[in-house]
Amino acid sequence: MTGLTPEQLLFLLRGFGWTIVLSLLAFAGGGVLGFALALTRVYAARPLRFAAMLYIRLIQGTPLLIVLFLTYFGLPALGLVVDPLVAAAIGLSIYVSAYLGEIWRGSLEAVPRTQEEAAICLALKWHQRLLHVILPQAVKIATPPTVGFMVQIVKNTSLASTIGFVELVRAGQMINNATFRPFIVFVLIAALYFAVCYPLSAWSQRLERSFDVGHR
Amino acid sequence: MRYELDFTAPLVYWPDLLLGAATTVGLSVTATVLGFGLGVVCAVARSGRTGAAARVAGAYVEAIRNTPLLVQIFIVYFGLASVGFKIGVFTAAILALVINVGAYTGEIVRAGIESVPRSQLEAAQCLALSRWHVLRHVVLPPAIERVWPALTSQYVLLMLASSITSQISTEELTAVANRIQSDTFRSVETYLIVAAAYLALSLLMRVLFWAAGSFAFPRRRRLGVPL
Repeated sequence: MTGLTPEQLLFLLRGFGWTIVLSLLAFAGGGVLGFALALTRVYAARPLRFAAMLYIRLIQGTPLLIVLFLTYFGLPALGLVVDPLVAAAIGLSIYVSAYLGEIWRGSLEAVPRTQEEAAICLALKWHQRLLHVILPQAVKIATPPTVGFMVQIVKNTSLASTIGFVELVRAGQMINNATFRPFIVFVLIAALYFAVCYPLSAWSQRLERSFDVGHR
Repeated sequence: MRYELDFTAPLVYWPDLLLGAATTVGLSVTATVLGFGLGVVCAVARSGRTGAAARVAGAYVEAIRNTPLLVQIFIVYFGLASVGFKIGVFTAAILALVINVGAYTGEIVRAGIESVPRSQLEAAQCLALSRWHVLRHVVLPPAIERVWPALTSQYVLLMLASSITSQISTEELTAVANRIQSDTFRSVETYLIVAAAYLALSLLMRVLFWAAGSFAFPRRRRLGVPL
């Protein structure tokens, strides 16, 4: 039907698998870094807070493509030999951390100040306040936008194709070079991305409605 | 191994970089203007809630927002050519960017339209304003004013995303950088320069959007607070 052989379809599916792997790596790496950034921006001393803000502004003002090129060409210049998967995972993590850091900072700050004050009155230590008072409420606020941002992560892994990592788009380009059926190939690829992203978007919207944080 | 940064080699190409930056600006401005128009039409169609127009607009927004821009660009450029619609790289780049940002604008403006209180619509209908006049004078101005910051961010992201059109060799900033780094082998320096250029462009865009916002929405200018 598609004019592609089963082997070619399998090759695309393998690329799709790598897209998922790269998305998970980027979410994990960006999540850890982003959480540290969010905590720094809310709780750290002023110079650190400023440094974190500067980092976020710099990354958010640079295209992901350039961030990827800088990690791909920059790490070897520092003497580190990395393969495209590692370079892509690092580049995407840096990019994702700036956005998740900002989303989570907003969530931390959205927890009413009185909650923190009450916890201080109970003589809870900083980590106890964070763990038992602030985070449980912030996580609830952060979940819908975080799930929404996962869609961006999955879509943005497509740019790893430009540094030679064979994920879904790169696999598609290779199939296209062999078959010259760009319309079928790229629409098929778009459909595969849609199959992951649409449920995530819908889930994010449902979470948003069910929590309805804005109108409580 | 120590690596010495040397910016002189890529900076020799400054006229090319400038031309690339101008192309990026041209792409972004065109896509912003056309995408805004498309997005507003789409948002109005969707906020109707019933009928074929709302469903078509809804499907368009979901299809675009859940697929990568890179794939959209490839479909527009390679895909359309393979089924008989041959278009140049620039047309393809602008078409893909407009289609992409139109969907995001549609979703943002729809949120703005939904934030306009029903009573204002009812009041406008009591004044016997036509549907067009209600839309033009009662619904859209406050709707767009409310979502102006979100639109600003979206169009800055669009400008940054226009770098992806380098993949179909549109000669904008990133494509120029790719060429310079393969000429000079100074890839890190080249991309650092280009990153700085994008940063400057995104700052400039934010300032311009802020200025345009306070020009277009006098209420905001006078009171200094968002609606």
